Amino acid sequence: MTVAADIPEQESWFHRNQQRIAPWLFLAPGLLFFMVYVIIPVFQSFNLSLYEWDGLGAAEYVGFRNYEDLYWEWVDRDAFFISLKNNLIWLILYLLAIPAGLFIALFLNQTVWGIRLYKSLFFFPFVISQVVVGLVFTWFYDPTFGLLNEFLGFLGLGPLNVLGDERFVTYGIIFAGLWPQTAYCMILYLTGLNAVDPEQIEAGRLDGAKGWRMLWHIILPQLRPATFIAFVVTIIGALRSFDLISIMTQGGPFGSSRVLAYYMFEVALSEYGFRMGYGAAIAVILFLIMLCFIAYFLWSMYREEKGH
Amino acid sequence: MFPKPIEKQPRAAQITYQAMLPLALLLWLGPLLAVALFSVKPAADFTNANYWGLPSSFEGAFNYGQVFFNSDMPRYLLNSFMITIPTVIGAVALSCMTGFALGIYKFKSNLWIFFMFVAGNFVPFQILMVPVRDLTLELGLYNTKTGLVLFHIAFQTGFCTLFMRNFIRALPFELIEAARVEGISEWRIFWYVVLPLMKPAIAALSVLIFTFIWNDYFWAVVLTQGAESQPVTAGITSFNAQFRAAYQLMSAGSIVAALPPVAMFFLMQKHFIAGLTLGAVK
Repeated sequence: MTVAADIPEQESWFHRNQQRIAPWLFLAPGLLFFMVYVIIPVFQSFNLSLYEWDGLGAAEYVGFRNYEDLYWEWVDRDAFFISLKNNLIWLILYLLAIPAGLFIALFLNQTVWGIRLYKSLFFFPFVISQVVVGLVFTWFYDPTFGLLNEFLGFLGLGPLNVLGDERFVTYGIIFAGLWPQTAYCMILYLTGLNAVDPEQIEAGRLDGAKGWRMLWHIILPQLRPATFIAFVVTIIGALRSFDLISIMTQGGPFGSSRVLAYYMFEVALSEYGFRMGYGAAIAVILFLIMLCFIAYFLWSMYREEKGH
Repeated sequence: MFPKPIEKQPRAAQITYQAMLPLALLLWLGPLLAVALFSVKPAADFTNANYWGLPSSFEGAFNYGQVFFNSDMPRYLLNSFMITIPTVIGAVALSCMTGFALGIYKFKSNLWIFFMFVAGNFVPFQILMVPVRDLTLELGLYNTKTGLVLFHIAFQTGFCTLFMRNFIRALPFELIEAARVEGISEWRIFWYVVLPLMKPAIAALSVLIFTFIWNDYFWAVVLTQGAESQPVTAGITSFNAQFRAAYQLMSAGSIVAALPPVAMFFLMQKHFIAGLTLGAVK
C-alpha cells in the first residue's frame, strides 16, 4: 500500500496500531445494531417489569408487584400457572423431534434411485412458515372435514375436536410443531451420518455389533455434534412457540393452550389491555428459563473453544 | 455406512423398502397434500360436503387467479420481498465484518463479544418486544417496512456472526499472515483476501436468512398493522378473514404464501443444507 507523503504522522500512527484498531472498526456497525435492538432492550424489559404502564401515559413504579401478581396467579392455578405448565409440556414433548428425526434419517440413509428427492421432500415442512403449518394442521384437526377425523371415522372412532378440547389442545399444537422440527433434526442427522467413519463401522461389524448395539455404541457417539445442535434448536424452538398457538387457537379454548410467550403477548398487546409492565415481568420469567439453557450452551461452546 | 446398505440385503427387503418410501412420504406430507387438493376444488364441493372426493371440476386457475387478482395477496407478497431482501443484504454485510473481526484478531474481549452475539441470538422475542416496539414508535417507523427491516438486521446479526466467525476460523490463517508480511492494510485483506473465500458462507447465510425472515410472524404482528406494510405471514390472517369459510381460497393463499422459501430451498439446496448443518459434523 502506498503511504500518502503529506500526512506521514497520522498515517504511521494508524499504521502502527492498525491491528489493534481494525477489529473495533469492523465490529462497530454490527455491535451498534445489536446493542440498540437486542442487548439494551433486555435490560429495559427488566426495568420495565418493575413498573405499571399502559404504553401511553406515565409509568408508575410498583416494585415487585407484577411478580407478586404472577405468584398469586401461580397459586390460584390461573393463566400464569397454565402457561408455565404448557411450556414444560412443550419442552419435554418437543424433544421427541430428536429421536424422530434420527429415525427418519436412518430410514432415508440409503443410496437407492431418487433418494435425494425423497430427502428433500421429507425436509419440506421445515421450509414452510409456521403460520402455514398452523393453518394446515388446523384443517387437519377440523371436526367436520379434517383428515384426522376422516381417519378416526374409518376406524369407527371420533369425532374428536382436538383444538376445541382443553385436554388435547396443547398436545395437538405440539404435534403440529413436531412436524417441521423433526424435519430439521432429520437433516442434521443425515449430514452427521454422512460423516460417520466407515472404518469404525467395519471394526464394529467384526466385533459382532449390529442393529441397536451398533447404533448405540458406535454411531451415536459419532453423531454427538449433530445431537448437540438438534438439542439446542429444539429447546429454543419449544420455548419460542408462538406462531402456531396464535394461528391455531389464540391460546384457547379458555386460555388452556397458552404458553408464556403467547400469554406475554396477550397481556401486553391485545384486547386484554396494554399492561406493558406485567407483560415485561412474564417475559423476564421466560428469559430466565431460557437463560439456564443459554448458559449451558455457552459453557459447552466455551469448553470447545478452550479445547482447541 | 449405517444402516447397512439396502443393496446388500435380500431382494425382498429391497422391494419392501422401495415400496415403503413413497408410502412414508405420502403419510409425511399428507396434511400438506390435503391443502393442495383443497386449493383446486370449486366452492360447491365444500357446500356439498365433498371434502375428500375428487374435485367435481378443476378450479385451480380460478382459485389462484382470485388470490392474485382479487385480494391483497400480491401486496403482501411484495411487502415480504421488500422486507426480506434488504434484511438479507444488511445482516450478511454486517456479519461479514463482525465475523472477520472475531475470527481473525486476538484481543482480550474477543470471546466475550462473540458469546454476547450468540446469547442474544437465543433470547426469547418477548423480552425484546416492548422496548423494540417503543423504539420503533419513537423513530417514527412503526407500521413501516423499514422499522421491521432494521430490527431484523440487528437480530439476525447474532446468528450470522456465529456462522461467519466459525467459517472464517476454519480458513487457512497463513493467507492473512502472508498478506500482512506484504504490508497489505487490514481493510484490503478483508476485501481482497478473505471476502472472496467467504462466498460459500455468504450464499448459505443468504438463503437461510431469506427463509427465516420470510417466515417471521411474531415481529410482523408486533411492528406492523395494515396491508401497506405487513408481510405475507401476517397478511394471510386478514386474507383468511376476508374469505372466511372459502376453504379453496384460503388453501390457495397458504400455498402461495409458502412458495417463495420453498422455491429458494429447491434452487439453493446445497447451500441451504450446508448452512443449517454447520457444526453438525466435526
